[in-house]
Amino acid sequence: MSVDILMPALSPTMEEGTLAKWLKGEGDKIEAGDIIAEIETDKATMEVEAVDEGTLAKILIPEGTEGVKVNAVIAVLTEDGEDASSVSAAPAPAVDKVSPVAEPEVLEAQAAADAPEAQILTNPDIPDGTTYTKTVLRDALRDAMAEEMRRDETVFIMGEEVAEYQGAYKVTRELLQEFGPRRVVDTPITEHGFAGLGVGAAFGGLRPIVEFMTFNFAMQAIDQIINSAAKTLYMSGGQMGCPIVFRGPNAAASRVGAQHSQDYAAWYGHVPGLKVVAPWDAGSAKALLKSAIRDPNPVVFLEHELLYGIEYDVPDLEDYTLPIGKAAVIREGSDVTLVGYSRCTGFAMEAAEKLAAEGISAEVVDLRSIRPLDMDTIVESVKKTNRIVTAEEGWKHMGVGGEIAAGVTELAFDYLDAPPARVTQKDVPLPYAGNLEDMSLPNADDIVAAAKAVCEGM
Amino acid sequence: MAKAASPKRRSSPKLKKDEALKYYRDMLLIRRFEERAGQLYGMGKIAGFCHLYIGQEAVVTGMQACLKDGDQVITGYRDHGHMLACDLDPKGVMAELTGRAGGLSRGKGGSMHMFSREKNFFGGHGIVGAQVPIGTGLAFSNKYLGKDNVCLAYFGDGAANQGQVYEAFNMASLWDLPVVYVIENNMYAMGTSIARHASETELYKRGISFEIKGEEVDGMDVYAVKKAGERAVKHARSGKGPYILEMKTYRYRGHSMSDPAKYRKREEVDDVRSHHDPIDGLKEQIIEAGLATEADLKAIDKEIRAIVKDAADFSLESPEPDPSELWTDVLLPVEA
Repeated sequence: MSVDILMPALSPTMEEGTLAKWLKGEGDKIEAGDIIAEIETDKATMEVEAVDEGTLAKILIPEGTEGVKVNAVIAVLTEDGEDASSVSAAPAPAVDKVSPVAEPEVLEAQAAADAPEAQILTNPDIPDGTTYTKTVLRDALRDAMAEEMRRDETVFIMGEEVAEYQGAYKVTRELLQEFGPRRVVDTPITEHGFAGLGVGAAFGGLRPIVEFMTFNFAMQAIDQIINSAAKTLYMSGGQMGCPIVFRGPNAAASRVGAQHSQDYAAWYGHVPGLKVVAPWDAGSAKALLKSAIRDPNPVVFLEHELLYGIEYDVPDLEDYTLPIGKAAVIREGSDVTLVGYSRCTGFAMEAAEKLAAEGISAEVVDLRSIRPLDMDTIVESVKKTNRIVTAEEGWKHMGVGGEIAAGVTELAFDYLDAPPARVTQKDVPLPYAGNLEDMSLPNADDIVAAAKAVCEGM
Repeated sequence: MAKAASPKRRSSPKLKKDEALKYYRDMLLIRRFEERAGQLYGMGKIAGFCHLYIGQEAVVTGMQACLKDGDQVITGYRDHGHMLACDLDPKGVMAELTGRAGGLSRGKGGSMHMFSREKNFFGGHGIVGAQVPIGTGLAFSNKYLGKDNVCLAYFGDGAANQGQVYEAFNMASLWDLPVVYVIENNMYAMGTSIARHASETELYKRGISFEIKGEEVDGMDVYAVKKAGERAVKHARSGKGPYILEMKTYRYRGHSMSDPAKYRKREEVDDVRSHHDPIDGLKEQIIEAGLATEADLKAIDKEIRAIVKDAADFSLESPEPDPSELWTDVLLPVEA
């Protein structure tokens, strides 16, 4: 019996990878545990071990092939004594695209959302004629940190696996090589401790960037973030500024269960003394992270793991920053305002496209900052559209959408033609099972449905 | 009798007059200041939580004598003594206690939250143990910036059970950070005696698994504190990493002003007060050594009482903060 060797999934979000190298050749004897190949994901290069014993009869995917789908047959193993020539050489197509430069991994739900780049409206700050470079979010964030570290010697980054490992999600890739271990500091797994240490370093004249491997782990550190970083300026009558950035992925990843999948925007957004940023695309994320690092106040910077590998247009502008606390209308429309942040802005863009096909003109506001919350931009939009749908990965109860709905009701009550609608995660801990996870998290179709409901009778 | 005050004989250094009188004066200022604060609390002029330092004066006084310009101090909420030792203005401290505009935090911090960048006093922290990682971070900044300064991070025996203390120990030792952890073991974590709250009651040993040296010190003897403090500060300053000093000390008053202190016997307090008081002890030594007379010391006492009276008067005369202060100091402006 021959055994198929399949392309393995090497991370929760991996859908395809590059078969970088075969370490065994056709005809080689293989024992369970032998390293047979190297595979590159967008995060790392991983070795693949054989599970079964036998002879490597046929290599179906040559080394150097990019975009090999998870579970594609990459080679065939025969048992001892079996004739290798009997192996069929016609497996199911394993590679979608064999372009010289593979597209980064894109989740299907995301693909449509992120495709229509032309719809990202020119930011007023970006001069006409500016050129753009396609950059994945993780690299844009890295570039922001590297630029600020070059600019200011007191900026340093600390966190779990930020240095030697090159970042658990590769956001700090190559920072160690450029800046050395003094400024790129691997910490023990000790969130409460290193968050507090970061606060002390900020009081001591440095500008720390504290990376949490995910914000779920920052719950261990939330006392230092709120009681020490956010409140001390006030309690000291203005003496004790705390210029620090707490950053890392926030909200759901992919099938990692309830404890690793929470959106903290509303939690931190509640606290005076903090600024809270939750960008969507790489261009605004880079510009906002640079602003966050320069800000004299503590900034909670919420990223999204499922966006890290997505390419966006980043303007080729030297030292481009965006103000924290300013939302952006990134698609104009007249019938309904869709407000999102982080990944939900992408869903809102996708929803707007679908709504357009049904004759509904949606305006999309990318919130970018949770605190300060730019109610002016939201209210201006609502005055035009008279309807609003908010979208977030957090829970509805006491959430960001509730705050926006209250704000719109206070500030633009007479302009509303329908009650504000909220699209959120379902009111349960995030389930593990794929189908239940999909049901729990918001998506573009939920936003479409909510928008159609508020537009009913329009 | 309480184990707090070490039964060992007092250290018998050759006293220098100026130094001895400075310690006497500094400890007395804390004592009289705290007595007055207690009185103002009783009169309803100070509100909220107010944790007095009476009995523990030798600890900060001795440790402060080991520091040089630029060294930092951080502590928890029993912090008035540390502020005075760091040379913060008694008027500003007292006016903060009364919640007035003339307070060091302009009335917005209170007893547990005062700071002075100028004097390198970094608070004043109300969450038990939170100052330990923060102090370790101050030490991190010293090392990062190439300064040879040391941070003193004070915490109590109660805080010594917080997890973040050990997270900080680990990083401080791993990275050889210039921090001295001063554990003020006053025998009680609020109302729970050390025997009831600590599996290892010899707290100077708490750094062993992090390879941090520790020693026990008679915290009721300012000279013993200073001697140990010099050793610890020298160790940290020379790049050898953190050091732990466990100060065996005692607080005469309750945990806070609202504490009836039913968890210990009056005799226990009286015994420490009569036999181990840090100020009385130094006074005896000064007189024995012939550095000053009873009358000289009385004159100092009078001087201190005047300073404290001025502070109290100021704290009651200073107006409440302007209503506009409600909205200031939440965020710093972003530079253009």
